Amino acid sequence: MGLSEILAYSLGVVSITTALLVVFSKNPIHSVLYLILTFFSIAGQYVILNAQFLFIVQIIVYSGAIMVLFLFVLMLLNLSGDTEPQKDNVFKIISVVAGGLLFISMIAMLKGIGNMNLPASPDSQIGLVKNLGQLLFSKYVIPFELSSVLFLSGMVGAVMIGKKDAEDIN
Amino acid sequence: MIEPILIFKFALAIIVFAISLGVAAYATYGERKIAGLFQDRFGPNNAGPWGLLQPLADGGKMFFKEDFIPAASEKFLFIIAPGIAMFTALMTSAVIPWTSAIVIAGIPYQVQLADIDVGILYVFGFVSMGVYGIMIGGWASNNKYSLMGAIRASSQMISYELAMGLALLAVIMMTGSLGLNEIVDHQKGSLFGFLPNWNVFKQPVGFLVFLICAFAETNRAPFDLPECETELVGGYHTEYSSMKLGLFLFAEYINMFVSSAIIATIYFGGYNLPLIGRFITDPNTLAVVGFLVFFVKILFFIFLYMWVRWTLPRFRYDQLMHLGWKSLIPIAIINLLVTAGFLILKEY
Amino acid sequence: MSFAERTYIIPILKGMMITLKHLFMKKVTLDYPKMTKPMAPVYRGKHILKRDENGAENCTACGLCAVACPAEAITMVAAERKKGEENLYREEKYAAIYEINMLRCIFCGLCEEACPKEAIFLTDEIVKPSDLRENFIYGKDKLVEDMNHRYNFAKRQKHITEK
Repeated sequence: MGLSEILAYSLGVVSITTALLVVFSKNPIHSVLYLILTFFSIAGQYVILNAQFLFIVQIIVYSGAIMVLFLFVLMLLNLSGDTEPQKDNVFKIISVVAGGLLFISMIAMLKGIGNMNLPASPDSQIGLVKNLGQLLFSKYVIPFELSSVLFLSGMVGAVMIGKKDAEDIN
Repeated sequence: MIEPILIFKFALAIIVFAISLGVAAYATYGERKIAGLFQDRFGPNNAGPWGLLQPLADGGKMFFKEDFIPAASEKFLFIIAPGIAMFTALMTSAVIPWTSAIVIAGIPYQVQLADIDVGILYVFGFVSMGVYGIMIGGWASNNKYSLMGAIRASSQMISYELAMGLALLAVIMMTGSLGLNEIVDHQKGSLFGFLPNWNVFKQPVGFLVFLICAFAETNRAPFDLPECETELVGGYHTEYSSMKLGLFLFAEYINMFVSSAIIATIYFGGYNLPLIGRFITDPNTLAVVGFLVFFVKILFFIFLYMWVRWTLPRFRYDQLMHLGWKSLIPIAIINLLVTAGFLILKEY
Repeated sequence: MSFAERTYIIPILKGMMITLKHLFMKKVTLDYPKMTKPMAPVYRGKHILKRDENGAENCTACGLCAVACPAEAITMVAAERKKGEENLYREEKYAAIYEINMLRCIFCGLCEEACPKEAIFLTDEIVKPSDLRENFIYGKDKLVEDMNHRYNFAKRQKHITEK
């Protein structure tokens, strides 16, 4: 085993452990902190693949922005074991069904992996900004633009919610 | 056999580390001295000649103070938070190109720890990490003032990162690269024959937005709401004492140093000085002069940080949010569009 | 306000120029332990009970200083001079006890002006700090002039009479 393989496996162990701790820790703040660690170890995997752009975007977007917002909200709410309300049974059933569906779709995805024909020696330059940008604006331009429409709709939705509140006050 | 490049990088890492710490230590002295001078006082002048040993005395004091951990705190997080703050502050300096290439035994070496493809984004990522030290520390203290400071810090960081990124995008578009090395190389030569070809002259609005955001990201006055003494006791470090407090304060000064270096790199030509190549041809001498030029630029920005701190009053919280979201972001977007328009005009 | 005014760039630059100017101004601070401010010739500090050139106390315990004192800081007990004490006290009556409470004293100098015998003066010495209230009640042991360490009040007297 080479150095990068040892690193990849140990990062994998870290990401799985921290991901499990996200679910199992009682304090929501601890959960979020473990989630940050998970994202970091995934970012580490990107470094090993020499996908520098993905690595840094993972850090900026997930660890840097989204998780800070998560922490921000959780700290403001100041949730703890005794303030959290007990969920009723309907809620529990719904979450089990939703989680189960996600699990099934993930298994289906894993089954498909065997059929994917990966190149024998992956191009180590593929993750650099230039190559990635060229791919995004040529081969994958439609999904790329579609995702930006998705973001736009999210922003419009947020504005709508904000507007509605303002009308209620008036 | 260890490759010479590895030895070079290792030595460089140690030198950069030492310089960061040394500059940060003397920035604390400079801050107090400059504050004194601005207020018609002397500032520290008793420890050593002109008070030059003051950082040592301060450090010694910090180490020997009682290390207090509140009983109701989250001990592990409370202890690790100053370390995170320090770590993220030091990590950022890895991608800064300190000077032009040095030639040792005929081989040129880049004086930069990691010439990664996404240098500017790396800086950005680790700057945004910096808030974790503050947030975790503030939350783990289990004190309402600390929590307030932590929450203010996080919302401030998120708000100003956006405008900062938009201001940077204009520079990235002009350079056509995310690497800090390419950005510095792009600023060689002169503009219209008399101005240095620095980005600040091509992007004055972007520079102003970036500068304001840099002040906000380093939690310096007038954006020092996370630790404002008059409202929140000490903000996120209210419960901290001894060297843990010292690390928090020190991290702020290292952040100041690194952000000054980044401002100098992105907008003020890094180690470039126009016409310098005409007088000096030896690459090693050029590298030394380049480093000195870069260092003078950094020191100027550190001075600017202090100058602003002792001139302007602190923002109110709603003013801070107003400035970030309703002023800086629109200005940065307009700047981005204008830059894009210019670039298209240049193409055709 | 116009857009240019709302950016506050000019006022900020103006303010920064003001602070920059202060960077080069003369410092108002004294580098204290190494330098001290010169005392005014009529500085009103700790009191002293003057003796004449033979070493006899000038004070006759008339009580005018105590009457003049707005803070009522002076108390005294008078006594009659006995035979053989002529070298100690100048006149037939003297103050057996003379106390000034330095915590009450406002250092106005009225006692000095009230004194008909030129017995009490204020010096440019500063009352020493202490953490005990009793230490601020100065008796004759602290107030009477030391013969080895005499004060010359001629200059001070001139200033006061000119006024």
